[in-house]
Amino acid sequence: MRRGRTWTFPNKPVIISSAAVGGPFEAQGPLSADFDILHEDFWLGQDSFEQAEKKLLEQACERTIDKAGMKKEDIQFFLAGDLMNQIVTSSFSARTLGSPYIGLFGACSTSMEGLALGALIVDAGQAEFVIAGTASHNAAANRQYRYPSEYGAQNPPSAQWTVTGAGTGLIAKEGKGPSVTSATIGRIVDMGISDPFNMGVAMAPAAVDTIEAHFRDLDVDTDHYDLVLTGDLGRVGHRICADLLHKHGLNIPQDRFGDCGLMIYREDQPVQAGASGPACSATVFYGHILKEMEKGNLNRVLMVATGALLSPITFQQKESIPCIAHAVSIERMR
Amino acid sequence: MSDKKKKKLTPVQQQYHVFAKAREPHRPVLLNCLKAFFVGGTICLIGQGVSWFYMTYFDFTEKTVGDPTVATMIFLAVLLTGLGVYDHLGQWGGAGSAVPVTGFANTMASAAIDYRSEGYVLGVGGNMFKLAGPVIVFGVVSAFVIALIKTIWLTWFQGGM
Repeated sequence: MRRGRTWTFPNKPVIISSAAVGGPFEAQGPLSADFDILHEDFWLGQDSFEQAEKKLLEQACERTIDKAGMKKEDIQFFLAGDLMNQIVTSSFSARTLGSPYIGLFGACSTSMEGLALGALIVDAGQAEFVIAGTASHNAAANRQYRYPSEYGAQNPPSAQWTVTGAGTGLIAKEGKGPSVTSATIGRIVDMGISDPFNMGVAMAPAAVDTIEAHFRDLDVDTDHYDLVLTGDLGRVGHRICADLLHKHGLNIPQDRFGDCGLMIYREDQPVQAGASGPACSATVFYGHILKEMEKGNLNRVLMVATGALLSPITFQQKESIPCIAHAVSIERMR
Repeated sequence: MSDKKKKKLTPVQQQYHVFAKAREPHRPVLLNCLKAFFVGGTICLIGQGVSWFYMTYFDFTEKTVGDPTVATMIFLAVLLTGLGVYDHLGQWGGAGSAVPVTGFANTMASAAIDYRSEGYVLGVGGNMFKLAGPVIVFGVVSAFVIALIKTIWLTWFQGGM
């Protein structure tokens, strides 16, 4: 069913299992207990950072399937995306997994893009078991987007730190776990910001657009959700997002509005404005949030993953940054 | 932002820029300058120390000591880059660590390490000068222009070189 640009899922697909994998920097953060696998080695024993990123996604898939007590042959579709050129991390992981595969690109919004599409496929009765997920690696992303501080450059206070990790979830027709009840698909919002060190500012209006559309389409109150969580706006973007929503008359209570980018790392970790990357929202959601829901601390959550759809070339050609946000609502059924 | 760039934006975008600007943290320019001054100064002080060392204990004069000093500083910078220390210095010290010869050594060493996974020829060889290249190009071009200006000045206005 569709209302505006929100899909509602009457058959209530269930996330029966999930996994989050992280690197050494994530292991030092406050959410370390919610990761399934944490690596001490930044390279994961691989020869390149790109291979390490692939390993992250493969391990997350493997652990997700294991936790559900299934075999990889049981997975009917695999939906994944990442930040690498030609989304190689996802495609190479799909090669290992062997299931039918749809590659996605939504930059840091991929986690919810995948979950929304996975839920849609399962809800429509086209599959019983779908895995959705994404991964990023700090060094691989730095190499891709070409502003690593390893080159001796100085990052401004609005810059963000790409998460090394992967998060995947197994969406099933039925089973034990929280249900995916609706998803709002974002549209591109470009406010003319062209500074890649200022992603939070560029992406905030996209998050606002999608959150507003979600509440409008479903006609629910702002306190409907226990938590509205944006993907990786960081300190700067999250504040702007909150102020913009307030300005537009949508007052989400402050204690129910958070950002994954502000949750993974401690205050004293040198990440400037917070975390970013596809794995940011993916590890927080598939690790921390789902565990909180399982414990009963959260019943209804709206996840809004934000993505900056730029490339290193468009940045060098002085184009502004088109941004997107996809929202998925997840509810614990009693 | 320049006025030219601003004109291309729609009124809504311009409004947002103002809205966002008020909420962005500013680069601490003055603090960064101070840090850069001390980091750069310290690097140069170490360089001076190395010079004195070579002049005192080896057979170098003030004119000839440049080469071994620069070589030593480059070696130290490359070593610190390899050990993963120089990038932290770069984040803290900004231009202070980027401007001296050590910064140049860092850009070459870090690019070489970075592209090691793509092999020696296409990776290391092809990308080692990725960041150092523009520095060389514009360094040579600006040196040429300055030399030209100096030549013209000396020839025409000072009456002979």
